[in-house]
Amino acid sequence: MRSTGTLAAAFAAALLTAALPAAARDLTITSWGGAYQNAQRELYFAPFQKETGIKLVEDTWDGGIGVLRTKAQGTPVWDVVQVETDELVLGCEEGILEPLDWQALGGKDKFLPAAVHECGVGAIVWATILAYDGNKFPTGGPASWADFFDTQKFPGKRALRKGPRQALEFATMAQGVPPAKVYEALRAPGGIDKAFAKLDSIKKDLIFWEAGAQPPQLLASGEVAMTSAYNGRITAANRQDKRNFKIAWNAGFVYQIDSWVILKNSPKKAEAFKLVQYLTRPENQAKLPAIIPYGPTHVDGGKLVPAEFAADIPSSPQNLPHGVFFDASFWVENVEKLTERFNAWAAQK
Amino acid sequence: MATTTLELRRALRRAERRSALGGLALALPLTGFLVVFFLLPILGMLAKAVENTELATAMPRSAEALRAWQGLGPPPEPVVAIVATELKEAHARRRSAMVAQRLNREEAGWRNLILSTARRLPDDPQGSWLETLVAIDPAWGEPAIWAGLRRAARPWTDIFLLAAVDLHRDDHDAIVRVPPDQAIYLDILARTFWISALVTLFCLILGYPLAYLLATLPERWANPLLILVLLPFWTSLLVRTAAWIVLLQREGVINDLLVRLGFLAEPVALVFNRTGVLVAMTHVLVPFMVLPLYSVMRGIPLSLTRVALSLGATPLLAFRKVYLPLSMPGVAAGCLLVFILALGYYITPALVGGAADQMISYFVAFFTLQTANWGMAAALATLLLVATLLLYWVYARLVGIDRLRLA
Repeated sequence: MRSTGTLAAAFAAALLTAALPAAARDLTITSWGGAYQNAQRELYFAPFQKETGIKLVEDTWDGGIGVLRTKAQGTPVWDVVQVETDELVLGCEEGILEPLDWQALGGKDKFLPAAVHECGVGAIVWATILAYDGNKFPTGGPASWADFFDTQKFPGKRALRKGPRQALEFATMAQGVPPAKVYEALRAPGGIDKAFAKLDSIKKDLIFWEAGAQPPQLLASGEVAMTSAYNGRITAANRQDKRNFKIAWNAGFVYQIDSWVILKNSPKKAEAFKLVQYLTRPENQAKLPAIIPYGPTHVDGGKLVPAEFAADIPSSPQNLPHGVFFDASFWVENVEKLTERFNAWAAQK
Repeated sequence: MATTTLELRRALRRAERRSALGGLALALPLTGFLVVFFLLPILGMLAKAVENTELATAMPRSAEALRAWQGLGPPPEPVVAIVATELKEAHARRRSAMVAQRLNREEAGWRNLILSTARRLPDDPQGSWLETLVAIDPAWGEPAIWAGLRRAARPWTDIFLLAAVDLHRDDHDAIVRVPPDQAIYLDILARTFWISALVTLFCLILGYPLAYLLATLPERWANPLLILVLLPFWTSLLVRTAAWIVLLQREGVINDLLVRLGFLAEPVALVFNRTGVLVAMTHVLVPFMVLPLYSVMRGIPLSLTRVALSLGATPLLAFRKVYLPLSMPGVAAGCLLVFILALGYYITPALVGGAADQMISYFVAFFTLQTANWGMAAALATLLLVATLLLYWVYARLVGIDRLRLA
């Protein structure tokens, strides 16, 4: 009899725990996983905890405004998140992000103009680039996005990030459009159809990655001959795993600024802002390129980066002319429609 | 004498009632658990597929006015005025995003229309409210957005259930097929059933001989072998799936071996396509076939086959006429178990499949986690549930439910 009583009590306790809202949790930061987040942990997250005594837990994600909306419902389970520009703009407009105190961040003029937003402050300058394994192409690898789409000249599978962002830009560059004119071409009538037709031309050789850590793995395992990738992951694989991966900077690339945001109604708002302040200190931003070549957004941070690491950064003088800045207004307007179209296209044989 | 019989009968009845009540009491916790954690969530999910409360919550007066309005094209000015002024109010209270999100489910792109209009609406109309709206965006002059608003104003909606079977409503509210480049869910449903059927077949082909071997070996040998079957069964699904990626990839063990032995001139694609999905899912699900088969086969006396042989049957005939029919309950149970489990598979195809190999659960997860579109996720889940129940019913009619014997 006593055992049934205990059982019933345990069961009732279990029911209660399930029904009660989650108890107070630790400050939570969400970034993009893999080599990048490892670097952030070493450079920022661990020292921040030591300096402030605030306990910090991590999560990872692969972007998407819908994910952000899901996480922001009710009492958010994340506090600080690194987001792409379109997520920043949409999220701020929908009221799921906290406006930031720019005075406390040091003033808007201290950052690159594109790194300043009501609800977000620039975290890094990064790029999506064309990468391949130098060892697999002893006589010279792909040099343009046209080569990426030419499976006759360079046989083998290709990988692109799942979703329309950057894929449409690259498919447009592959038609011979110079990087600077990409968004003009996409906005022109039929521009998006042409980009989808280009993607369709190599559909049977395409696979899609979602997490930034996947492209280096796909290259390393020989699963694909070439892939789009976040530039930092490729350099990190070369530095840490002694790979011979190459980045075809001259083929053209899309560079953008990721931002730190705080979710609306965060129960840890004050601590979250303290963390954002810590992350955007110029001396802290300048430490990252030595491990993973993403550029600082703080003007003073840019000056502090050692010259030897500057060449691998998208915004370096020799790389920048080949890049196009991610057009946030094009994507804010179109991301959902195009994501739907992309998913339907990808799911069909 | 008579009284004692009566008393005896009463006492008996009392005892019976007590034991029946006792049985009921024993089942009560489980029943309660199932109701709270299984039945209610499922009903909740079904309700989510038709729920339509966003507009009525954020803009109640507009919802009422739109429901009362009939016809095509922009509604009369009083209705437009209510919608415009209330949209402005909703924006000030940061509730326009909710309306925008709901309208975007009708047509991708309407989120922008609603939000940019809400931002730019003046306090007083320039000309009529309709002219003011059209000046902000010409789309307000078209019938489509107004038909969409009216659909969003109703207490229930069928757009998600329709979308789950590749249908939608046009401006006249008639149900029509979606354009072929957007029609994907019926294909995906068919693909889900096809992959599950193939996996079930492969599991049966691999599992039947194995279960036979296990059932006929002396226990000393059968037990360690059974452990070998169970070992992967106890290993995390994720670990096994990830292991298959390593084995099957282009420069993986299997390709290397086949090339080195001269079976292949160069590596072939075994993963991130349908082959990978079938291999990994079959491996994960085989124990669910072996266990019911094994439990049934253990109960079949081997002497029966021997009798058939001694009466002159060939081994094949003896198997077909004696052993196979006796093992059918196990086959039926194993197939049903594997098939239904396979229908809901999500993580394995997501990891080892390509974009064209994803099953319906992937899209349920996609809508839940990636786009916060609960309606669409619930509609797809409902579609899968209904299709599975139908199939189960057909199966039960064909096989006979009493012949199923789960381990």
